[in-house]
Amino acid sequence: MVEIIGTILPPVVIVLMAVGLFFMLAGAAGLLRFPDFYTRLHATGKCDTLGEVLIIFGLLLYHFFIYSPGAELSVKLVPVKLLFLIAFIFLANPTATHAIMKAAYNTGVKPWKKGDARM
Amino acid sequence: MIEEVFMREQVFLPIALVIAFMILLCLYRAALGPGVFNRVAAVNVIGTKTIVLLVLIGYIFDRPLFFDISLLYALLNFIGTIAFAKYLERGEIWSR
Amino acid sequence: MSAGKGFGILVTFCAMFLFWLLLSGYIITEQGKLDVFHVGAGVISSAIVALISHDLLVKEKGEKMLSKSFRFLVYLVWELWQIVLANFDVAYRVLHPKMPIDPLIIDFETPLRSDFALVTLANSITLTPGTITISVDPEKGKFLVHAIAKKPADALLVDKTMQKKVAEVYMVG
Repeated sequence: MVEIIGTILPPVVIVLMAVGLFFMLAGAAGLLRFPDFYTRLHATGKCDTLGEVLIIFGLLLYHFFIYSPGAELSVKLVPVKLLFLIAFIFLANPTATHAIMKAAYNTGVKPWKKGDARM
Repeated sequence: MIEEVFMREQVFLPIALVIAFMILLCLYRAALGPGVFNRVAAVNVIGTKTIVLLVLIGYIFDRPLFFDISLLYALLNFIGTIAFAKYLERGEIWSR
Repeated sequence: MSAGKGFGILVTFCAMFLFWLLLSGYIITEQGKLDVFHVGAGVISSAIVALISHDLLVKEKGEKMLSKSFRFLVYLVWELWQIVLANFDVAYRVLHPKMPIDPLIIDFETPLRSDFALVTLANSITLTPGTITISVDPEKGKFLVHAIAKKPADALLVDKTMQKKVAEVYMVG
């Protein structure tokens, strides 16, 4: 059982972290490429959050199975704090995105329609 | 057969370098973006990427107690962005 | 001091103390015994926080909370799958060389009125790619939403799958 986990888990962790890194790259590229403030918030507020959650989840699996294979339970349960971090990021990042979009809408920043110049 | 030193040096270090490079990319929008709202959004993104970078560095240098620092920074980043948005919308943060 | 207020203080104290034990348990259990200093400091801090702000965590007039929490967990699993599936769509729109976007602003009404239900729906709309909530009116239930293309906007206006699932969690019974 331990050998099965030992051979199947590192590729799973590497795949999870690679997919998370790809989403964070898409988020940063969207910040540079999109033509308007509202569309830039679309790219970063969603892709960034999901990429980050995937990377931290991969690190949680790595710590639980590979980092300390024979230690006692109290050392293995340290990454429960990472679960709190994931839950907090899922709640906090969309709320911050929504707050700043509401402030921009009420102050008068104009949205972009197809065919306008880049702003 | 894959042991933990291999994971640390050959998987985590390139990922941390790519994330640090993306923080440099976001500085372009923070310096250039017309108006103040683009800059606040860019600073929020840089804060989000810093949280992941802190956890990764904690694993590379064999100090897994870095989670506490990144949890604290997640809270500070969230509160800072909301305080900024409230100030830009109303002109004050807390009114009686 | 009615029964509702005492119950709120007790639940808040237990939650705060459990969180304290979790965050500092690495130091406590490694020494082999529970130290008087750490546990005492935890009890005092949790008691102060519970006495001052106990009504932020436990509302006085919530009914049928247990079945609502269970249905909420089932909804969360469906939601995580939708998030992963639809984020590939936004990544495709970003990396495509022609960038097929066509933003528009829409608004609609829902029959939900309580705080938890409105927050859940607004967060779900912001997390599934294609739409972001701009503003919420809590008295009439109006949502103002910015959509990035025609297809996600239609999924909210015409199909209404997300509104039906949230209404199933909070409004039945």
